[in-house]
Amino acid sequence: MIKAILIFNNHGKPRLSKFYEHYTEDTEQQIIRETFHLVSKRDENVCNFLEGGMLIGGSDNKLIYRHYATLYFVFCVDSSESELGILDLIQVFVETLDKCFENVCELDLIFHVDKVHNILAEMVMGGMVLETNMNEIITQVDAQNKMEKSEAGIAGAPARAVSAVKNMNLPEMPKNINIGDISIKVPNLPSFK
Amino acid sequence: MSPSVCLQEMIRVIRGARTQGEERGVIQRECAAIRAQFRQADSGGRSHNLAKLLYVHMLGYPAHFGQMECVRLIASSKYSEKRIGYLGAMMLLDEKQDASLLITNSIKNDLSHSSQHVQSLALCTLACMGSAEMCRDLAPEIERLLKASNSYIKKKAALCAVHIVRKIPELGEMFTPSAHSLLSEKNHGVLHGAVILITELCERNPDNLKQFRKSVPELVQIMKNLVTSGYSPEHNVAGISDPFLQVRILRLLRILGRNNDAASDAMNDLLAQVATNTDSSKTAGSAVLYETVLTIMDIRSESGLRVLAVNILGRFLLNNDRNIRYISMTSLQKIVQTDHTAVQRHRGTIVDCLKDQDASVKRRALELSLALVSAANIRSMMKELLLFLSTCPPELRSHAASGIFNAAERYAPSQRWHIDTILHVLVTAGGDVRDETVPNLIQLITAASELHCYTVHKLYRALISDIVQQSLVQVACWCIGEYGDLLLKGECEEITPMQVTEDDVLDALETVLQSHMSTPTSRGFALTAIMKLSTRITNNVDRIRSVVSIYGSCIDVELQQRAVEYNALFKKYDHMRYFTMSYCTVILEFGCRSRLSLVLGGRGLKAEHVSIIFDCKDNVYLYWFLLQSVQLQMKAPSGDLIPAQGCGTVTQTVLLSYTNKANLKMRVRLSYSSQGTACQDMVQIDSFPSPAWS
Repeated sequence: MIKAILIFNNHGKPRLSKFYEHYTEDTEQQIIRETFHLVSKRDENVCNFLEGGMLIGGSDNKLIYRHYATLYFVFCVDSSESELGILDLIQVFVETLDKCFENVCELDLIFHVDKVHNILAEMVMGGMVLETNMNEIITQVDAQNKMEKSEAGIAGAPARAVSAVKNMNLPEMPKNINIGDISIKVPNLPSFK
Repeated sequence: MSPSVCLQEMIRVIRGARTQGEERGVIQRECAAIRAQFRQADSGGRSHNLAKLLYVHMLGYPAHFGQMECVRLIASSKYSEKRIGYLGAMMLLDEKQDASLLITNSIKNDLSHSSQHVQSLALCTLACMGSAEMCRDLAPEIERLLKASNSYIKKKAALCAVHIVRKIPELGEMFTPSAHSLLSEKNHGVLHGAVILITELCERNPDNLKQFRKSVPELVQIMKNLVTSGYSPEHNVAGISDPFLQVRILRLLRILGRNNDAASDAMNDLLAQVATNTDSSKTAGSAVLYETVLTIMDIRSESGLRVLAVNILGRFLLNNDRNIRYISMTSLQKIVQTDHTAVQRHRGTIVDCLKDQDASVKRRALELSLALVSAANIRSMMKELLLFLSTCPPELRSHAASGIFNAAERYAPSQRWHIDTILHVLVTAGGDVRDETVPNLIQLITAASELHCYTVHKLYRALISDIVQQSLVQVACWCIGEYGDLLLKGECEEITPMQVTEDDVLDALETVLQSHMSTPTSRGFALTAIMKLSTRITNNVDRIRSVVSIYGSCIDVELQQRAVEYNALFKKYDHMRYFTMSYCTVILEFGCRSRLSLVLGGRGLKAEHVSIIFDCKDNVYLYWFLLQSVQLQMKAPSGDLIPAQGCGTVTQTVLLSYTNKANLKMRVRLSYSSQGTACQDMVQIDSFPSPAWS
C-alpha cells in the first residue's frame, strides 16, 4: 500500500501532499519536513530507496524517490509494493504530467495543484495503484475537464481565452529560464515593426 | 482582495510575500475572507474558495473550518463543485470527524449517477477515507458496480472493494464471487484491480485461499499471454508488456502456491519461462524478474528452479545499477533463513557492499552480513564488521554494535577473542552501545580468570589513551580496582610489558574522577576502584585517603555518599577495610535485570564480612535482607531506593560470625518493589571463592 505521495522542491516547500492514511495536520507537516531532510542529504548517484523515516510507520516502510531538476517526487510505501514497480510508476506519473501540462515545470505544479490532484486520482486510489497506462489516464482527465468547462458557461470565458492563447502555435524558444529556484516560461512576443 | 478571485491569484500573492511573517499575514487575511464567504449562502465562487483553502492546508495552516463546506459542495449538482468538494473531503475529513458521516448519503446517490465521472469521484473518496460505518452502508452498492458494464467503473469499484475488505474483513465474502469473474476481463486496469482484490481476500482469510487456488490455471494463462504476446503499444513499458500487472499476478501466485504442492506444480513451467525469457536490462524487466525469483523461493518449487532463482539474484548483486543491488539484497534477506547455504556463496560480494558509498546499500549489506555470520566464518566476518563499524554512518552504529555483540556471544572461538572484540567495539562506538554492555562485560571478564592479567593491562592502556567512551571507562575502572595488583606486577604473557607504578594508576583514576567528560556513574566506578586499590598497593594509601576525604564533600550526592562510607571504613573500620575491599567479587543475576555484587572479604579472621552492593536498572526499594544459617549483624543499608538506569547503588555491610567455614552456604532473599509491584528473588551461593578464607 502507498502511504503517502509527496512532491516538494529543493528547499523543502511542498508542492503536493497526498496522504492515504490519516494523520493530524501537525504530523503531516512533520512528515514532509522529515522526508525532505532525509531525501535532500542523498547524493546524485546513489539508489532511489531510503529507509529510516521515524514518523511514517517505521520499519516496514520505505521512501522511494526520484529527483527531477528542482523537484523531488517521493512515494512512501510499505513492503507489499514492488520497489522497482513504484520507481516506474513515478516515471509514468511525471510523463503524464508532462503530457497534460506540455513540458511541465515547477510553476505548473504550483499554480495548478488541483489539476495535479485530479491526475493523481486517476493513477492511485486509496493507496493502491489504479491505472498505469498513460493514454488511458489522459483520456479520462480530458473528459473530466471537458465536463467542467461545459458547466462554466459565460463565467468561463476568460479561462477559455487564456487556453486559446496557449494553444496558438508559437515558435519554439527556451521556455524555462532558471533564476534560482523559479522557472519562468517566457512567451514569444511578436516583434513589432 | 476580492473573495471570488481565483486560486492562481492568491498563490501569486502568497509567493510574493518576502518573509514567513508576511506570508502568515496574507494567509490569515485570506482565510478570514474565505470563512466569511462560507457563512454566506453565496453560490458563486464557492469552489474557488475551497480550492484556496486546500492550498493553504497543504502549506500547513489550519483549515478545519472548511469541512462543512466540503459537505455542501459534494451535495451540489455541478460537476466542478462536486469535484473540489470530494477532494476537500479526502484532505480534510477522516473517520474521527462527524462531518464524514454526512457525506455518506451523497456518496450513495453519486454512486448511481448517470455520469461515470461523478460515480468515479464517489468511488475514489470512499476508497480513500471511508470509515467502517460508511463501508458497511455502501458495500452492496460497490458489489453491484463490480458487475457494471463500464470497465472504468469496474476497475475503481474493485479497489474500493479492497478498502472495504481492509476496514471490515467479514464483508469479504460479499465480493468473492465477483472477484472470481473479474479475472476473465480483457481490460488491464480491471484485471489489475481484480488481482489486488483477490490478493487482499486471500491474505485476510485462509478459506478464500482454498477457493482461489482453483484460479491458478487462469492466472497462469493470463501471464503467458502477457509474456508471449507481441509488442502492444498500449501496455508496453521498456519492452515488457504491462510489467505492473505481471508483478501483481506473480505476487498473487506466490500467496496461492505457498505450502501447496498442487498449486506450485501448476505454476512451475510459467515461472521457468518468465525467469529465462525476461529481459532485465531495464528497470521494468528487473522488477518482473525479481518478483519471479521471490515467488520461486517461496512456493514448493523444484530444486532446479530454485538454483536458477538464486543465480539470478547473484547476478543482480553484481549489477552496476545500485537500485538493482539494493533490491537483490532485500530479496536475499527474505530467503537467508531458508536457503542459508545458497546465500553464503555470495558472502564476498555482500561484504564488499558494506563499503559502498550509498547509505541504503550499506544498511542492507549490514543486515545480510549479520544474518550470514556463522561459526565457520566468524573471524573473517568480524574483521569486516569491525572495519565497517569504524566508518559507518551514525544512524547504523547502534544496530551494528548490538549485532556484533550478538554474533560474538554466539560464535566466539575463544574468551580472549570475545573480550578483545567487545573492547574494540567500546573503543570505536562506545557511545552507541546498550546499557547492559558494561555489566555483561564485567561478568565475562570475571569468568575468564586466566585472562585477568591480560585484560587489565589492555584496559589500562585504553584508559590512559582516551576517556571519552564512558562504557569503556567504567569497565576499565572496575577492572583496575579489582585486579590492580596484577597490573602493578608488570608482566603479562600475551602483551608487551609496560612498567606501571602505583602513581600512574592513581593518576589515571583521578583523571576520570576530575574530568568533565565523565558521567556520575563513571565517577562512582573510579572512586570505588581507588578505594579497592587501597588494599592492593603499599605506598600510596595516604593519597587514597586524601582523595576519598575530598569527595566526602562533593556536590554529587551519590559520590559523596560513597566517599563518606569509604572514609568511615578508613577511620572506624580500618581493620575491616582490608577484608571488605579484597577481591572475590561474585556477581549474581536476579530476575529484574539487577545485579548483586557480593564483595567478600576474610583473610585470617574469624568474622567474615559481606558487603552487598546492589546495582540495577529499575527503581528498586529495598526492604530487608535475610541471611540464613549464620549469625549475622546487619548494619544499616546506605539507602533504600536505588534509582533507575544504573545511576546509583545501595551498599549494605553485613558482618558474619562464622566458625565452620568449610560448610558455609549463603542464601540471599531479596524483597523489593519495582515500579509499584512487589517482587521477591532468591539466590543461593554454595561455594565461596577460596582466597576469601584463610
